[in-house]
Amino acid sequence: MEGDIAQLGQFVGAGLAAIGSGAAAIGVGHVAGNFLAGALRNPSAAAGQTATLFIGIAFAEALGIFSFLVALLLMFAV
Amino acid sequence: MGKIFFYAALALVVVSGLIFAPAEAKLAIHPMDQFQVSALFGDHISWYTPTNVTLWMALAVAAVFALLVLGSSRRAIVPGRAQSVAELAYGFIYKMVEDVAGKDGVKFFPYIMTLFMFIVMANFLGLIPGSFTTTSHIAVTAVLAALVFFTVTIVGFVKNGVGFLGLFWVSSAPLALRPILAIIELISYFVRPVSHSIRLAGNVMAGHAVLKVFAGFAAALGMFSFLPIFAITAVYALEVLVAFIQAYVFTILTCVYLKDALHPSH
Repeated sequence: MEGDIAQLGQFVGAGLAAIGSGAAAIGVGHVAGNFLAGALRNPSAAAGQTATLFIGIAFAEALGIFSFLVALLLMFAV
Repeated sequence: MGKIFFYAALALVVVSGLIFAPAEAKLAIHPMDQFQVSALFGDHISWYTPTNVTLWMALAVAAVFALLVLGSSRRAIVPGRAQSVAELAYGFIYKMVEDVAGKDGVKFFPYIMTLFMFIVMANFLGLIPGSFTTTSHIAVTAVLAALVFFTVTIVGFVKNGVGFLGLFWVSSAPLALRPILAIIELISYFVRPVSHSIRLAGNVMAGHAVLKVFAGFAAALGMFSFLPIFAITAVYALEVLVAFIQAYVFTILTCVYLKDALHPSH
């Protein structure tokens, strides 16, 4: 694809894909915030759940990385 | 004392920004150039050519060897620095495997320890300025994730036989829903290696690209280049954290998948 319109589409698409990063930020903040809320209620149970915390963050964050990947593909690979 | 040092560094950065400001500031950002694969000798690249990727992977293996084998070879009662780090890493991963994958997952501890040490060393070596980050390439992480995927699938079938398919048959759900859930579970099972590999490569690549983008700002801003340099320092600190956490996440997900293979019942 060549031309100004195609390039415009690429840039607009990459910018739209970047919204996904913000959405992933909301997700990760939700996981971490809820973990902290629970951990402050019952601090003795918190240490055993850090692995679950990281797994949850990883799953939430993977989708943000996917959107970042879409943006990169639009910018450099299309 | 720390405060004086901080202000001295601050003054140094600002003054150097004033002195070395480029005459004509130009915004030229090429964040993806650092991931270029090139042959070490000559231009031709085929499957056996030593490239910068293979060089830095070999250096990562050498670093793991130096830390774990040479570092703990003295077997001191009171461990030195290298031995402490080696013992700490061993205990950390052993406990993770035991907690997440269960007692019978400990058999796979050498594999998971190897994965963790290789990824964490590759990530840390990639943070050295001017070096090459092997884990930023999906080709590298996809091989690691595919190995995990095939290992887990084979182990699941060898351990449980056809019972491994019970992983997709959610017996706690209503009977009418089970075929639909089975399809969803099947899809999510086959997407695992994709997300597993892209998570690591994407995080590492994104971090390094951000560093390069800020470096481009520093080149363009002339005498105000100290502002992006502070940002680079902060982002770099974050990247050190991310390098460790992504290696940790990769290995802990391996443990989770392994637990699914060893105990597939829902």
